[in-house]
Amino acid sequence: MNLVVDQETLWLVGGVAALLVVATGIGVILTRIVKTEGARAVVENLNARIQAWWVMVAFFVVALLSGGLGPVLLFGLTSFLALREFITLTPTRRGDHRSLFWVFFVITPLQYVLVGMEWYGLFSIMIPVYAFLLIPTRSAIGGDYEGFLGRTAMIQWGLMVCVYCVSHAPALLSLKIPGYEGQNAKLLFFFVLVVQLSDVLQYVWGKLLGKTKIAPTISPNKTWEGFIGGVGCATLIGASLWWATPFNFWQAAGMSLAITLMGFFGGLTMSAIKRDRGVKDYGTLIEGHGGILDRIDSICFAAPVFFHLTRYFFTP
Amino acid sequence: MTAALLAGLSRLITGASVRWVNCRPDARQRVYFANHTSHLDFTVIWAALPPAIRAVTRPIAAKEYWEKGKLRRYLAMKVFNAVLIDRTTVSRHNNPIDLMMTAMGERHSLILFPEGTRGTGDEIGPFKSGLYHLGKKKPEVELVPVYIDNLNRVLPKGEFLPVPLLSSISFGPPFQVLENEPKDVFLERAREAVRSLRR
Repeated sequence: MNLVVDQETLWLVGGVAALLVVATGIGVILTRIVKTEGARAVVENLNARIQAWWVMVAFFVVALLSGGLGPVLLFGLTSFLALREFITLTPTRRGDHRSLFWVFFVITPLQYVLVGMEWYGLFSIMIPVYAFLLIPTRSAIGGDYEGFLGRTAMIQWGLMVCVYCVSHAPALLSLKIPGYEGQNAKLLFFFVLVVQLSDVLQYVWGKLLGKTKIAPTISPNKTWEGFIGGVGCATLIGASLWWATPFNFWQAAGMSLAITLMGFFGGLTMSAIKRDRGVKDYGTLIEGHGGILDRIDSICFAAPVFFHLTRYFFTP
Repeated sequence: MTAALLAGLSRLITGASVRWVNCRPDARQRVYFANHTSHLDFTVIWAALPPAIRAVTRPIAAKEYWEKGKLRRYLAMKVFNAVLIDRTTVSRHNNPIDLMMTAMGERHSLILFPEGTRGTGDEIGPFKSGLYHLGKKKPEVELVPVYIDNLNRVLPKGEFLPVPLLSSISFGPPFQVLENEPKDVFLERAREAVRSLRR
């Protein structure tokens, strides 16, 4: 995992920084021109989001450029905090306490150790095979059978989404793509950029044109206009970044489309869970965005699919 | 130093978010009373207070637990400045109310768990009468209800390893013992004040 900081990496980072400068500028202008109370609240939230983006981008870029284990640690910490938000909302019981201890302090770190070791064989099965069988066993030993199936399913789903799925993002660094050796940091950057841009663009298009709701009972902010505009634009931008990836233009377009679609599915599914639990956000850690899980819901779904598509089609 | 470090650590583990509901942090003499579900309870309330107020706030804790072992005793005496109450030998000479009154003096506030023992976190148990007597004898002191949510899942009764779930602490509007208010009416009102902070 020896990463090279090349010209293209600098272009990517510079591009994102430029984008944030523009967004910050727009935020300042909007603050000056809005008049109504409702619009002011939206702009305030927008500015909080942009500010949080600066911080998140800084964390991500520093982790990425530090090379080696930086990205693994960053995503590991992200998983841990996301899982904490998830389990907080799920009604586990006394009997699950020891299982939860295992989940937080053994299984989650172990998954990222395996990512760091680039041990694909165990990394890809440790949670779905070993953890998924051990957790219900530990809870059963706890002796509490009330709502057992539901509790087990909730812990497993939390582990699946917050840890297993997310860990596929830093695992991109371990893929051995011929002709792209040492450059995988750009692939991870490309992935995170396309997922998050798709979220942002869906939000922007939705705010500008959004009328037809996709699933009003689940998420009133998701509209067909936002979805088509956001996915379309993010796919185009992703395609035009082909030079930083091992893909050609059309392959990058296809990958971007897959990433954005999965990201949308992730956002929708995680919203359904929030509805079920009766909350608006998973947490309060990121000003303007809600919790960590609110920010990475799309990464959760997109990461494993992008990882496996790339692995299947682009590695020997 | 140790205090700031410990407060930070406790906030990190419990991820506690703090709400002040019709109540402001204030250094005047207060008795914070809360539901009791975990050993971490008073640490978390204590950590939720601003440092200046934390410095004059003393938790009431069980003597038999906090006098065991050097570390616990160090924490209780030097860091939390706790008031240790012996729950086993309450007598006329060893009256917890007098101990608390002395501990408050002219400037200290207290953290009190009127249930007396840790509950399961589902229902708040009946309150012991100490809060009433304290409120009667020191009518100028503000009684502040506090509700601790989810901490029983972080460290349930009988467990020794915490799980890092997010918890929340809500401080409610201060109140006093009314004139001629019967003991059981007041205690029920106090319990309801804590319960009403549940979301």
